[in-house]
Amino acid sequence: MARSKHQSKTLTSKTRSTTGAVPRRDFMKSAAVAGAAFAAPASVVGAQPTTESHTAARVGAVPIVTQTAETTPPSDDPVLTQDSSGSDFMIDVMKSLDIPYVFANPAATFRGLQESLINYGGNTVPELITCVHEEQSAAMAHGYFKVEGTPAAIMAHSVVGLQHASMAIYNAFVDRVPIYVMLGNIMDARMRITSDQWYHSVQDPAVMVRDYIKWDDEPASLQHFAESAVRAYQIAMTPPLGPVVLTIDAEMAERPIPAADQGHLYIPKLVRPTPPQGDIGAVQEVARRLVEAEHPALMAGGTLTRTEAGRRAYLELQELLGSPRASTAQADVIFAVEVADLYGRLYRARDLIHRTWTRTANPDATVITLGLQHLNHKANYQGFYRYTEVDLAITGDGETTLPLLIEEVRRVITPARRRVFEERAAESAAAAARGRERARAAATRAWGASPISVQRLGAEIWRQIRTEDWSQVMIGIGVPTSLWNFDTHYRSIGSWGGGGMGYGPPASVGAALANKKYGRFSVAIQGDGDFMYSPGALWTAAHHQIPLLMVMHNNRAYHQELMHIQRMGNRRNRGIDRAHIGTTLDDPAIDYATLARSMGWYAEGPIETPNDLEPALARATAVVKRGEPALVDVVTQPR
Amino acid sequence: MHGRRSPHGVIGAAGAVVLALGIAGQAMQAAPGEQGSVLAPEGDIERGKNLFMTIGCYACHGIEGQGGFAGPQLGPDPMAFPAFVRYVRAPGGTMPPYTETLLPDEQDLADIHAYLRARSGPAPLSVLPPP
Repeated sequence: MARSKHQSKTLTSKTRSTTGAVPRRDFMKSAAVAGAAFAAPASVVGAQPTTESHTAARVGAVPIVTQTAETTPPSDDPVLTQDSSGSDFMIDVMKSLDIPYVFANPAATFRGLQESLINYGGNTVPELITCVHEEQSAAMAHGYFKVEGTPAAIMAHSVVGLQHASMAIYNAFVDRVPIYVMLGNIMDARMRITSDQWYHSVQDPAVMVRDYIKWDDEPASLQHFAESAVRAYQIAMTPPLGPVVLTIDAEMAERPIPAADQGHLYIPKLVRPTPPQGDIGAVQEVARRLVEAEHPALMAGGTLTRTEAGRRAYLELQELLGSPRASTAQADVIFAVEVADLYGRLYRARDLIHRTWTRTANPDATVITLGLQHLNHKANYQGFYRYTEVDLAITGDGETTLPLLIEEVRRVITPARRRVFEERAAESAAAAARGRERARAAATRAWGASPISVQRLGAEIWRQIRTEDWSQVMIGIGVPTSLWNFDTHYRSIGSWGGGGMGYGPPASVGAALANKKYGRFSVAIQGDGDFMYSPGALWTAAHHQIPLLMVMHNNRAYHQELMHIQRMGNRRNRGIDRAHIGTTLDDPAIDYATLARSMGWYAEGPIETPNDLEPALARATAVVKRGEPALVDVVTQPR
Repeated sequence: MHGRRSPHGVIGAAGAVVLALGIAGQAMQAAPGEQGSVLAPEGDIERGKNLFMTIGCYACHGIEGQGGFAGPQLGPDPMAFPAFVRYVRAPGGTMPPYTETLLPDEQDLADIHAYLRARSGPAPLSVLPPP
C-alpha cells in the first residue's frame, strides 16, 4: 500500500526498531517555516464567540455553533486555517509506540486528535475502530491485548466518556491488562463556550479511575505529552501490567504547534524495562524443594499462561518433574505461580452464607508463591484477595523467572529422582487418559434433552472448530470445554477480570480483531445476561468486518443470581418459587438472532431442538470462514 | 437401569439396586453400608419431574439430573434414598437446604428419586466429534 505524504513524515516502528532510538522529528522542521506565520496569539485563535453567541446560548433553540456560524459576520481574523496541529504531533507519538488501534465513540473533546488520526495519520497504526459505547471501547482494547500482547488505545470524553468506560477499565486492571486511555478535556475555562463544554470538563478526570489504573498524567505542553505518552506505555507494559490514562487538553490538541515548540519537539526513546526476576537464592531453594517433594502440586494463574512463553515454561517445569498431579490436599509442596486467589485454592468455604472456611490443603505442606502480588500498591478496591500464609514468597514475573527455575531444577535432579519422575510421568499420562475418557462420557449425558444441555453445546461447537486454528475469545460459564484441545496460549483468553458485566461482546470483538490478521477462527460462548449489557459491540464487528462466531448460551436468566436467591429463600424457609422475580430474562424471550441481524450479522436461532444445533453451527461457521461475524442463538439448560 | 418403569409411570423398587455415586460434595456420600443395599420407596415419575423443576433442582443439576458446573450428576443412579433425604434436608457446600418446613412430605422426595432413577443413560460415545 502506498504511503501518504503524511505517513512518510511520521516515525514508523521500522524506523524505531532499526535505530533503537527516536530522532527528533523532521515534521517540525517544515512546520517551523510554515507555521510561524499562523501562530496567532491564543487570545485570537479559537476565541470566536461573540456577544451574539452568548445570547444564542441563553435562547437555546438552535445549537450555538450553528447559530453563531450562520448569524455572525465573517471574522476580521484572517487565520481561518492552520498548517500545524498539536494533535498531529500526538499522532506521531502514538505511531512511534506502534499502537495499532484506537477504539472510540466520537466526542467533541478529542475531535482534534480524531481528525489528526484519520487524516494526518492516514487512519493506520493506529486505526480508528468505531464503538457505540466507551465501556465497549475499553473492553475491546482488553480483549485485543489478551490475544496480541500489545496494548491498544481508547479515546473518551473526559467526564461522561470516562464514566462509561470506568467499569471496563476496572476489569482490565484486575485482569492485569494494559489499556492506553486518552481523555479529551478542556482545561482552560476561557475556552469552554457551550454549556456542555462546562459539564463535560473536569479538573482532574483520572481521579475517577485512579484506584484501578497504574499511572496517569495531564500534560501541559506537547513535549510534556510526548514524554508522558512514552512513560505511560513503559509503565503499562512493565509487569504487573495495567491500564494508564493520559488526559489531553483539547485546546493543545486543536491549536497549531506553538512557535516556541517548533523545531524543538522530539519523541523520547522508548525502552521497555526488564521485568522483575525472582531472587536467585530463593529460586534455588524452590528448585531443591520441588525436586525433593514426593507429592508436589503446581498451579498457574491466567496471567502466566496468557503468553506462549509463560505457558511453555510452566509446561516444561511440569514435565521436568514428571507432570505431578497431586491435589493440594495430598501435596507436601505447593508451588503457585501468579495465582491471584491463593487462599481460595487452599481453603474452601463451607457454604456461601455462613462463610466458614476450612483448609483443604495439606496443613503440613510447604507453600511457595512466585508472582508480583506484593507490588500491588492499591488499597481501595479489594482485588488482592485474602492474606494467605505461605512459607516462601518470591517477587518475580513468572514468565521471566521460570526459565531460571527450570535451569536450577535440571541442575539438582539426581539420577534417582529422575527415575521417580519418569514413573510419575507414566502414572500421570495414564490418569490424564482416564480423565479424557471421563470427560467424553460426561459430554454424552442429556444428549437429546431440550432445552439443549450445556454438555452438548460444548461438544457441538468443538465439532465445528476442531479442524480450525481456533481461539476462544469468551468463555461460557458452565459450558464444558473438556473435549477441546487447548494446546496454545490463544486457544482461550480467559474471562472478565473484575467480573464487570458487559465484557463478553466487546472483548470478543477486540480479541477477534487481533486474531483476524493471523487468520484464526474466533469463537465466543456468550451468556445472555452479559450480552444484554453491550449488544452494540455487534455493530462494530459488522462495520469493521471482524469474523467471529458468537454462540449464545441462552438460558433466559441471570442464572447465577437466580441460584443466589434460591439459597437465600431456602435458608430462610421461604422457598424458591418466587426466585425468578428479578432474575430471569423471559416474557418476552429476547430474539438474539433478530437483534444480531439488525446490526449486519448473519444469525440463526433460537435453536431449541438438539438435532438442529449441528447444522446451524455449521452454516454459521462457514460464514465466519468467509470473514464475517455470525451468531447462533441456542436455548440451553441453565448450567 | 436401576429400577424399571411401571405402566403407571411409577418406579418399582423391588429388585432395584440403587448405587450411591461418588458425587463431588463429600457430604453427599451415603453412609457406609447403605450403598447399593437400600431399596427406595415407590415414586411417581411425572410428579417427581414436576417437583424437580418447580423446586429448582434442575437449576444446578440439569433437567435430566446430568450434573454440571453448578451441581453433581444425580441420575440415573442417584445415591441411596436415606442418604438422599439426609442430604436434601441438610446439605453441605452451596446447595440450598430443603427443610421439612419447605418440603414436608417425604413422598415428594421419593417421587424426585424415582424421576432421577428413570433418567436414560448417556448416549453412545459415537455421537461425539473425534478427539
